[in-house]
Amino acid sequence: MADTGQHFPRTMFDKIWNDHVVREHTSEPTLLYIDLHLVHEVTSPQAFEGLRLAERQVRRPDLTFATADHNVPTTDRREPIADPIAKQQIDTLRANCAEFGIPFADISSVDQGIVHVIGPELGLTLPGKTIVCGDSHTSTHGAFGALAFGIGTSEVEHVLATQCLQQSRPKTMEVVVSGSLPLGVHAKDLILGLIARFGTAFGTGYVIEYRGPAIRKLSMEERMTVCNMSIEAGARAGLIAPDDTTFAYLRGRRYAPTEAEWERATETWRGLCSDPDAEFDARLEFAADQLVPQVTWGTSPGMGTDVTGRVPDPADVADPTVRQSTDLALRYMGLQPGTPIQEIAIDRVFIGSCTNGRIEDLRTAAAVARGRHVAPTVHAMVVPGSYQVKQQAEREGLHEVFLAAGFEWREPGCSMCLAMNPDVLAPGERCASTSNRNFEGRQGRDGRTHLVSPAMAAAAAIAGHFVDVRTFAARV
Amino acid sequence: MQPFVVHSGITAPLNRANIDTDAIIPKQFLKRIERTGFGQYLFYEWRYRADGTPVPDFVLAQSAYQDATILLAGPNFGCGSSREHAPWALLDYGFRAIIAPSFADIFYNNCFKNGILPIVLPDESVQRLFERIESHGSRTLTIDLPAQEVRDADGTVYPFDVDAYRKKCLLEGLDDIGLTLRHEEQISVYETTAPFARSIVSSGV
Repeated sequence: MADTGQHFPRTMFDKIWNDHVVREHTSEPTLLYIDLHLVHEVTSPQAFEGLRLAERQVRRPDLTFATADHNVPTTDRREPIADPIAKQQIDTLRANCAEFGIPFADISSVDQGIVHVIGPELGLTLPGKTIVCGDSHTSTHGAFGALAFGIGTSEVEHVLATQCLQQSRPKTMEVVVSGSLPLGVHAKDLILGLIARFGTAFGTGYVIEYRGPAIRKLSMEERMTVCNMSIEAGARAGLIAPDDTTFAYLRGRRYAPTEAEWERATETWRGLCSDPDAEFDARLEFAADQLVPQVTWGTSPGMGTDVTGRVPDPADVADPTVRQSTDLALRYMGLQPGTPIQEIAIDRVFIGSCTNGRIEDLRTAAAVARGRHVAPTVHAMVVPGSYQVKQQAEREGLHEVFLAAGFEWREPGCSMCLAMNPDVLAPGERCASTSNRNFEGRQGRDGRTHLVSPAMAAAAAIAGHFVDVRTFAARV
Repeated sequence: MQPFVVHSGITAPLNRANIDTDAIIPKQFLKRIERTGFGQYLFYEWRYRADGTPVPDFVLAQSAYQDATILLAGPNFGCGSSREHAPWALLDYGFRAIIAPSFADIFYNNCFKNGILPIVLPDESVQRLFERIESHGSRTLTIDLPAQEVRDADGTVYPFDVDAYRKKCLLEGLDDIGLTLRHEEQISVYETTAPFARSIVSSGV
């Protein structure tokens, strides 16, 4: 292992980075070793084709794991895939994995799911690893103290061929979150609140380490929600130091170390934490205690506000670029300035995605939905993040809670987060979504997306409009 | 990869902040398994109405900009999804360079892998370029990568920074994978310890 800087306090990022340097040269980017490469059907076909054209092999198929998630239908999997182009992409991945010897969780496998949900639940995601995937939400895995980031297809090909990436060293930022999340306020509200406050580019060029008492109190799944949306802050990656919460989550997972190896591993992992005097290139502070459930009103994740707030008025915005963006967003979203958030009526609800499709998310949503019914004007669906999540939810009877309340209960996949499969908003439809992006057209052409937590989404489904889940949950 | 050295071309102005990769190439066009053919779908939902007819006031629908090869845009260009289909679509349409006050990280990186030069200029310079196009109809710019300059027809020169290694790769059209494989011995040496790598085949229980 690298021994450089032992006498200087180092951040967790510094330690992980240094442990993965294959080659350093002053005039070239660092060659960084990759411990885990996750692959899915949308961003990989051109990479495999590139390998074939250059007559190259996959260097470490045993450090590579593939699944199909973006395109898969969330209806009955025994039916053939109706979209021929989606089917071709999934068939292509299956054939590529067979050709190059890559483990593949096919759509009929009990391991299938959104790539960022199955990595952790299989124990593939472990502290100290470098993890990449041709998907920007790879930042999710940073919740375990792994350096994890999204890459493009050329880099997918590069990692397949070399198990390395050429990387320039990013800067480090600590985001210190004080206090603890109030009742009814969730990890999703924390990350949405951070981005609403500091903007969609505050993390550009940085790896963010989330620290402080509020972060330490989060469960692993909540930490994943926070790290997942680091990319929406522009960051290369998000990190949270591993601790007993991390180890309790990982112990016994299929690919996690066992017995004596587990003891050695946890000791190594504890040593990854940033040293007490380590210096970051930047620091932000945020108070969890004052946080209120968040709702986005615009077409960028930073365009959000408190559920108790109102849609902003572009006339109040001083900066001309921001004023123009606000105006364009309100026109696209079909919203009037000054409208109270809780008066915005919705047509659709989507609970799922790599941001909020895990078991705790479904438990939280089910707790709100239990004994209630979806408003007659709303079409609501729950899409578990993986088969394992789906099976666990069914063991707990959550599917019955959702079905009795009028939600659809679907098969796992990315679904309406990016709407590559048939789960799409119709033009003009307004959706309360637990996903991560509210861009124009993201969930369907002219569809209108409001990002919220699973609890807020479930409450909106029942009320037919946004409501403050802190008070709604107590109502009979 | 096509090298990029000196390029003169028409500049299309797209004065919006946070142009995301979903806007650059909507997801319904990501199902192709080739790298080519995406240009026809570039900015699809801004360029075309739901019925497929062009939106006449969108910049690329205007005859003056149809042959544009340089894109001028607002801050945080290319945010969102990591899809390399975004630079593929820009390149396939004919764009060789993008000028903006800032770029999202993954998109910026993806450009260099495809022979597109993303140029960061200060906000004031980008605003001045927008004004030059909108008020004076001055649409042609020259981008000189060896000199690291954008030159406007009025004689204004805008210097820009670019990482020396990325510049070299772009100037010579170098293949990253080939360059990395020259260090294969060092990769093999690293792999003898690789402290955090765990073989999936041998570690499953």
